[in-house]
Amino acid sequence: MTRKHRRLLIVLVFGACIGSAVALTLIAFNDNLVFFVSPSDLSKMAVNGRTLRLGGLVEPGSVVRGEARNAGTTFRVTDGANSVVVTFKGIVPDLFREGQGVVTLGALRPDGTFLASEVLAKHDENYMPKEVAEALKKSGQWKSESEALPARPLSAPFGKTSGG
Amino acid sequence: MTCMATRPIDIAPDDAAPSGGSSLHRFANPGRFLRLSESVLPWLTAAAIVLTVTGLGWGLFVSPADWQQGDAVRIMYVHVPSAWLASAGYVSLALCSLFSLVWRHPLADLAAVEIGPVGAGFTALCLATGSLWGKPMWGAWWVWDARLTSVLVLLFLYLGHIVLVRAFDDPVRGYRAGAVLALAGVVNLPVIKFSVDWWNTLHQPATIKFTQAPSMTSDMLWPLLIAALGFTLSFAAIAVARLRAAVMERRIRGLLMARAVSR
Repeated sequence: MTRKHRRLLIVLVFGACIGSAVALTLIAFNDNLVFFVSPSDLSKMAVNGRTLRLGGLVEPGSVVRGEARNAGTTFRVTDGANSVVVTFKGIVPDLFREGQGVVTLGALRPDGTFLASEVLAKHDENYMPKEVAEALKKSGQWKSESEALPARPLSAPFGKTSGG
Repeated sequence: MTCMATRPIDIAPDDAAPSGGSSLHRFANPGRFLRLSESVLPWLTAAAIVLTVTGLGWGLFVSPADWQQGDAVRIMYVHVPSAWLASAGYVSLALCSLFSLVWRHPLADLAAVEIGPVGAGFTALCLATGSLWGKPMWGAWWVWDARLTSVLVLLFLYLGHIVLVRAFDDPVRGYRAGAVLALAGVVNLPVIKFSVDWWNTLHQPATIKFTQAPSMTSDMLWPLLIAALGFTLSFAAIAVARLRAAVMERRIRGLLMARAVSR
């Protein structure tokens, strides 16, 4: 075995050690590495009022914007199997739409609803010009993320609470 | 074995290749590299500029706006190529480190030193443009999801390498330490690539995949691919230009040293 071969062997063994160490660490911390949990995960978890992130699709037709000042926005977050009612008092991002992915930060209240202090919109990996999106909708080939209803923008995203 | 101790790059005449005996060392000859790169670099630079300007011009001004993101989608034409170069640049850094550590390839030592800052620059550009896109689209400049965090770790690996290779009085020890760091950091690359598949992340999964058609129309895909190719050639051109300067600097220093000794 020449010195080059020995050095190559050391590098390979060293790499295998680091690789398996990192792999084991990542597997061990799997639960902490997910950015959000789905409504189905949430129903199985013992959360005890802990702050966590809940992610899923905004259920079409579920968005209710409060009329009163500071009433906030209420909507259901669904993953197809389960859904959770979320209340949020801030300003939702531009991409917040029915049928669109969102990630909310907050805690589950005793009544089973989720009080969010932050709502982030999740964008999917599909990119499409406006004209193509409209043509697809016209021809009936449109598939939204939820596969149920076409994702449509809310006409007035912030309702009457946007003044503050 | 003597070549290892004396680092022939300092004062080697053009064709005195390190006598390692392996064919790999033919390419280790700095003189050959200088001659070869002198004729290649102008073409490489020209192609890099033409493709980058074409891709970015097409993407930023001509291509259609996205149906949801509007004009903010144009950030992608800078973000995706720089993200690609952040990872691909690290692969090239790791390869140079492997050649430097195992084959004691003198040109690879210098190449690793010179690639580091270029890769760090593209990684920083990727993080900055992603942040600018994240605020209007997600509603947050930054989130600690697996993809964003692993790319931040990549930036720190680059920065650590930049500092470490320059931290020793004896440059050879710096090259060794930097190479070990760079090779250990390779483990981060699959984490970056697959983070969006392994875990729930806010960052979207890949649009362009090897296994299926991209989820993007061709009038957005073409400018993106041209910009990505342009960025890649730019990276190569900058790295080659830096490496040429480093080799010449070494030679000048070697010549000055030899003259001072002979007086």
